[in-house]
Amino acid sequence: MTPWIVANLWLIPAVPLAVSLVILSLANSRRKGAAALAIAGQVAALALAIAAFVATLQAPNCPPHNFTWFTFGENAVRIGWVLDPLAAVMLVMITLVSLCIFIFSVGYMATDKSFTRFFAYLSFFSAAMLGVVIANSLLLLFVCWELVGLASYLLIGFWIHKPSAAAAAKKAFITTRVGDLGFFLGMLWLYGKSGTLLFYDNGHGCIENAALLSLGASATSIALLIFSGAVGKSGQFPLHVWLPDAMEGPTPVSALIHAATMVAAGVFLVARVYPLFSLGAIAGVTPSLTVVVWIGVTTALMSALIALAQADVKRILAYSTVSQLGLMMVSLGVGGVAAGIMHLIAHGFFKALLFLGAGSVIHGCHEEQDIRKMGGLRGLMPLTFLTYSVGMMALSGVPLFFSGAWTKEEILHATAQWPASRVPHGLMLAGVVLTALYMTRQMIYVFFGPRRAASARAHESPPVMSMPLIVLAICAIGFSVVLTPAWPWLFAYLSGEHVKFDLSRLIQPMLFLSLALVAAGIALGIAIYHKAGETDPLEQMQPALFRFLQNRMWLDEFYDRTVIIFSWTAARVSDWLDRYFWDGLVRAFAGIGQLFGALTTSLDEHGINAGVDEATANTRGLGSLISAKHSGQIQTYLGAVALGMLALLILYAWLT
Amino acid sequence: MTPTLTSFLAVSAALFCTGLLAALSRRHAIFILIGIELMLAAANLNFVAFWRFGPEPQQITGVMVAIFSIAIAAAEAAVGLALVIAVYRHYRTTSVDKLDQLKG
Repeated sequence: MTPWIVANLWLIPAVPLAVSLVILSLANSRRKGAAALAIAGQVAALALAIAAFVATLQAPNCPPHNFTWFTFGENAVRIGWVLDPLAAVMLVMITLVSLCIFIFSVGYMATDKSFTRFFAYLSFFSAAMLGVVIANSLLLLFVCWELVGLASYLLIGFWIHKPSAAAAAKKAFITTRVGDLGFFLGMLWLYGKSGTLLFYDNGHGCIENAALLSLGASATSIALLIFSGAVGKSGQFPLHVWLPDAMEGPTPVSALIHAATMVAAGVFLVARVYPLFSLGAIAGVTPSLTVVVWIGVTTALMSALIALAQADVKRILAYSTVSQLGLMMVSLGVGGVAAGIMHLIAHGFFKALLFLGAGSVIHGCHEEQDIRKMGGLRGLMPLTFLTYSVGMMALSGVPLFFSGAWTKEEILHATAQWPASRVPHGLMLAGVVLTALYMTRQMIYVFFGPRRAASARAHESPPVMSMPLIVLAICAIGFSVVLTPAWPWLFAYLSGEHVKFDLSRLIQPMLFLSLALVAAGIALGIAIYHKAGETDPLEQMQPALFRFLQNRMWLDEFYDRTVIIFSWTAARVSDWLDRYFWDGLVRAFAGIGQLFGALTTSLDEHGINAGVDEATANTRGLGSLISAKHSGQIQTYLGAVALGMLALLILYAWLT
Repeated sequence: MTPTLTSFLAVSAALFCTGLLAALSRRHAIFILIGIELMLAAANLNFVAFWRFGPEPQQITGVMVAIFSIAIAAAEAAVGLALVIAVYRHYRTTSVDKLDQLKG
């Protein structure tokens, strides 16, 4: 007896989708209705997600629910949904974080003109993301994946009157499309090889053993192509450039999309098709997983360094997100799938908290985003300060009470055991220090020190905004209960093992190592930034390095000079070809036609027409000659009759 | 001297020529009508003369034709006069020189 929710899992994305459509049809003035509807839809989705989660607790391996979407020829395209621990935790995390963000948005967007549209988009986004999570078919996942992309486009460019927002939306859409192209190709290839796109299908799914064995050597290429989709969506190097620009959207959007859920889709995808990556592994190492690891390491370290030199409060968090996603990718790559997903979930909570906190700060400072103009907000916005500190410590990985610490430690464990190379482990340790450093920098600039221009008139946010912060802060702390090595419940749940309570595992070298590293990072941060003024201390010490990092390693400029120039040139050439070559051909053909037309016209005019004219001229001449004789005088006619009579008489007389 | 057929025919021809002359030369519509009446009278005279000097003068065929012809002439004169009056009302003239709308 499978629980009711397993067969009706589609309801979870369907509810927000229906809500979104209803809100779109509402009038612009129905603000309260729209917000209430969106939140109600999200509460319903959360309730269903919890039901699904409870169902997996009782029976972790529910059978997938598949059905035929359409058939062509002998082939049938089948889609369906699946409920496993991976999907279940994601469902709960997404709906819970979304709910907090929806509530926060009511306060943050209170004065926006397009309030209802905003909630419609948010609901739509949430529906698409939930669809990605429950999909049991790569095709359905891809469809929802693209819907997520569309939703992010709509939300990043929500303030369409801002040219920078429109540009950022376009950039996000196009950059992720580059990755999606690879994803699509990988999907086609996989379908060509295995003949199915279902993940689980009673042993016949594309990531189950039978199909995997038929893939053979092409599995690596397919996995890498699919990974390119994840690279685009999760903002991994070299397609990470869209993510920081996406901060042009309203802050709740940044929290929802670029911290908690959408960027998680890439990591989730890799975890979902993990058997493709790990096929034929020798001691847990495959070529595709090695690529994942190195991309993740590059991303994590590079964006952590860039975050160190950013001044926009949201951009720092954006680069921090990119860095953390790199960390998750590393974890997946070295074989720590459960650790990566745990960090994903924990990160979802505390990054949403940080973004909403940043939103609260921006709201309080009257839309100022430059941290160098803030400062001393600790006293003015105590609630925001407290919750933000929780988020900061969770992100930096302060041990014992904060969820990020435990998950990060699991990842460090996993990297330490990777047989291929020790370098990622070392770089990850450096990443921990950097994370603590840039977060300390941000905290000091925003909440400590003297009050600067923007913070002079700052105020605490209304309860509708601070309540979600508190809920998320509680999640960020409370979540660590199921993460500690003493009782690694979530880890066991995700990897399908039994959990044992063992306090002795709490004490281990890695804990002290990470404690030391975090402490070093924070101490270093305090040492450098405690007297920071309007100019960044790092800029004073290393101006060249700071400029390099501040300009995001000139990667955007590099793309401008290479990819974009190339694309522009190609467009120009095509334009020229179209305008002059093809158009010229078409015009030449048209010219021939016109020439022929002119020829027949002149033949008509001067040949046939002239002949007819000549003939009618004669007739007319004759006519006018005769008509001239018609004087209209009745007596002339009578005279003619008389003359005719006379002539007849004479003729008669002459004949007889 | 007994009148002969030839003398009747001569009178008739003179009458006809007078009528034709009047119809061709006068400009007034009424006089043209009178000319036509004269030509009709010439024709009637011919009928009667041919009958009187014909093979069977006992039967009054020629007189009967003449009487019919006179009746028809009366009707024709009435129609003609009505036409003249209508033309006069329309054009304010009875001079046939001015009536040349059928000119080609």
